[in-house]
Amino acid sequence: MQILLENSSVAGIDQFDVYRQHGGYASVEKMLTMAPNDIVEAVKKSGLRGRGGAGFSTGMKWSFLDQKSGKPKYLVCNADEGEPGTFKDRYFMERLPHRLIEGLIVSSYALGVNTAYIYVRGELSWIITQLEDAIAEAKSHGFLGSKILGSEFSLEIYVHPGAGAYICGEESALLESLEGKRGYPRIKPPFPAIAGLYGCPTVVNNVETLAAVPWIVMHGGEAYAAIGIGKSTGTKLISACGNIRKPGVYEIALGLPVEEFIYSDSYCGGLLEGRTLKALIAGGSSVPILPAHLATTTAAGEPRLMTYESLFEGGFESGTMLGSGGFIVLDDKACIVRNTWNFARFYHHESCGQCSPCREGTGWLEKVLERIEHGHGRTEDIDLLVEIAKKIEGKTICAFGDAAAWPIASAIRHFRDEFIEHVSLAKDHV
Amino acid sequence: MKVTIDGIELDVPSGTTILEAARQIDTKSAPPAMCYYSTLKDSGGKCRTCLVKITQSSAQNTRPSMRLVPACRTLVEDGMVVQNNLSEEVLEARKGIVELLLINHPLDCPICDQAGECDLQNLAFEHGASGTDYKEERRRFPVQDIGPDIKLHMNRCILCFRCVYVADQLTPHRCHGVLNRGDASEIGTYIAKAVDSDFSGNMIDVCPVGALTDKTFRFKSRVWFARPMNAHRECTACCGKTVVWLKGDEVLRVTARKDDVGEVKDFICNGCRFQHKKLEDWVIEGPMHVDRHSVISQNHYEQLQGPQDA
Ligand SMILES: Cc1cc2nc3c(=O)[nH]c(=O)nc-3n(C[C@H](O)[C@H](O)[C@H](O)COP(=O)(O)O)c2cc1C
Ligand code: SF4
Ligand code: SF4
Ligand code: FES
Repeated sequence: MQILLENSSVAGIDQFDVYRQHGGYASVEKMLTMAPNDIVEAVKKSGLRGRGGAGFSTGMKWSFLDQKSGKPKYLVCNADEGEPGTFKDRYFMERLPHRLIEGLIVSSYALGVNTAYIYVRGELSWIITQLEDAIAEAKSHGFLGSKILGSEFSLEIYVHPGAGAYICGEESALLESLEGKRGYPRIKPPFPAIAGLYGCPTVVNNVETLAAVPWIVMHGGEAYAAIGIGKSTGTKLISACGNIRKPGVYEIALGLPVEEFIYSDSYCGGLLEGRTLKALIAGGSSVPILPAHLATTTAAGEPRLMTYESLFEGGFESGTMLGSGGFIVLDDKACIVRNTWNFARFYHHESCGQCSPCREGTGWLEKVLERIEHGHGRTEDIDLLVEIAKKIEGKTICAFGDAAAWPIASAIRHFRDEFIEHVSLAKDHV
Repeated sequence: MKVTIDGIELDVPSGTTILEAARQIDTKSAPPAMCYYSTLKDSGGKCRTCLVKITQSSAQNTRPSMRLVPACRTLVEDGMVVQNNLSEEVLEARKGIVELLLINHPLDCPICDQAGECDLQNLAFEHGASGTDYKEERRRFPVQDIGPDIKLHMNRCILCFRCVYVADQLTPHRCHGVLNRGDASEIGTYIAKAVDSDFSGNMIDVCPVGALTDKTFRFKSRVWFARPMNAHRECTACCGKTVVWLKGDEVLRVTARKDDVGEVKDFICNGCRFQHKKLEDWVIEGPMHVDRHSVISQNHYEQLQGPQDA
């Protein structure tokens, strides 16, 4: 099922003319025949959920936007994709920059927004150029700028590069950074829908979320909701990596069995020759890791599906999360301790340092894991890691603290033997 | 608005935080606050020592909150029920946070000027565990001069951001702030620029630990050997109401006055703080009130009563 990537392999689709020939910007023409609120209603009906990781209902988020404040309202596209294992927004934007612009135009119209921003991960410098070119093209054809297609609706879109901090993907840190300040997450409430960019009502949405809106405008919310299972509607981009035969970005209809995604030749194509599945990180580095048997089936023995609900089946004891769709497959030769240490290193490096549990705890976690991985671990270190993770989880300003704690707690929950093996082979202790 | 904290109900105006409400009940049992400072706008939310549990969000919404919330930045709702010292979960979380605040702290209290009036000491004493499993190296920074009057011991800093708010809100051009990220964060100045403005000295008073110390007082005396006296002078720059810390007739240091939760309400100027170190500069009002649980209270007599008055 291809809704987002439909025309992604058409040559020159990143150019306005080719994109337009393939039905591009039709939703902008259609939206002008609709009332803004009709689009909000369609998005609500579609069941579309935020693709940036949290999976919050987009229609609901939009309806929270304060329409009565009298202040300007903003739409901000979160294109700061920095989660290890997640590379779907980048793949999408470099192929279909116009589709994102189109998504921003119709979403801005729906929300009554006249200024929108795309906050792009700074390392993606070529994409920044592509987006700026796309904006210029859309403008010169009247789809963007003042009085779009002769209507009363005007919109300016600005592209803003980030400077390389993972935390600037967290929406309130992103807004601070966009305002020219240090990328520190804000203390919530207030939420952006009430006081966001420059203190004004703001919606922050992921690239993939906004890119789905033109299709919903064209085909209706019901058609979108017909794809998928239950509350997991529509399609999702999954960036698959690890020791699989066909790493890459795939668009799937939500509800696809995990087993099929890993082993089918239409997707990952199975593991490399002679290797078997050991563990799966289903939604980017921040979600709990699952051992092979819990990756493809739930603890209750049901097939595990690629949906928000099925992946979470069993809670944190035996489940995980769809997250941002970074699908990391580890084979039987992968070392879980090394992988866990690697993630801990990342979270230590990227903690903004604003709140004490995360600032101090992420450093501690990394140091202990580094010791274990380098043969200086003690048996007590394993439970200590679990304890440190508990001291962080749920006590921080932003969700980064949880993201740093969960992968470690889950790795020990499911692969304790491997940690024990590491410390029992340790040569000297500290 | 009615709010219940640890079983005690009280009425507060809307816009009151849980912390302020708890302080109205009793400043001693209120959640510890290492970063919030009522006279500094936007402060709070960072240290997480004030986390409490909401067991009922409001009269309409009887559900508990999903996670612990910072009392200093969470507004009271009508009918809210909060657990502070009565919640095991809160006490456990607090213990964990105290430990995390201490893992990289040098624990150099014996040579630290702040000892005896240090919020981190008090916090560890009241809410901390007796030991830690931390076995790694502690983070280390060189000691620095930031400006002519203030010494920075970054090792001791808990990154409460109070000094940054002082610089932002009390001085005309902030030239110091937090550099770097995560546990490499440090208080630093803009390309070694001196922190030197009329009100910069207040950073020393708001600093909960011995990270920012008064260069005119360093190593002169333990605070509990000095006699704190409320004093004032005519000052055109500030309120002129201070505490002078005496040893005999010598003025060892001058600080702003703190209220019963240890916060400065009237900030003082650097002139009063650093330049008026003679007893005759000051009108002495009488001994400063010292809580009898504080080490500073030793040999400190406030309302001397003869046996005949008793
Ligand atoms: C540490 C951290 C990093 C994040 N990074 C991103 C990111 O790179 N891209 C993104 O879209 N959302 C990211 N998020 C989620 C955003 O905060 C926010 O929920 C999202 O942009 C909302 O858009 P959505 O509702 O369309 O998903 C991150 C969250 C956290 C806590
Ligand atoms: S949880 Fe970590 S990243 Fe988030 S605000 Fe606190 S220190 Fe910063
Ligand atoms: S130097 Fe003191 S006041 Fe400033 S952040 Fe550190 S602990 Fe807080
Ligand atoms: S005092 Fe509330 S978080 Fe620091």
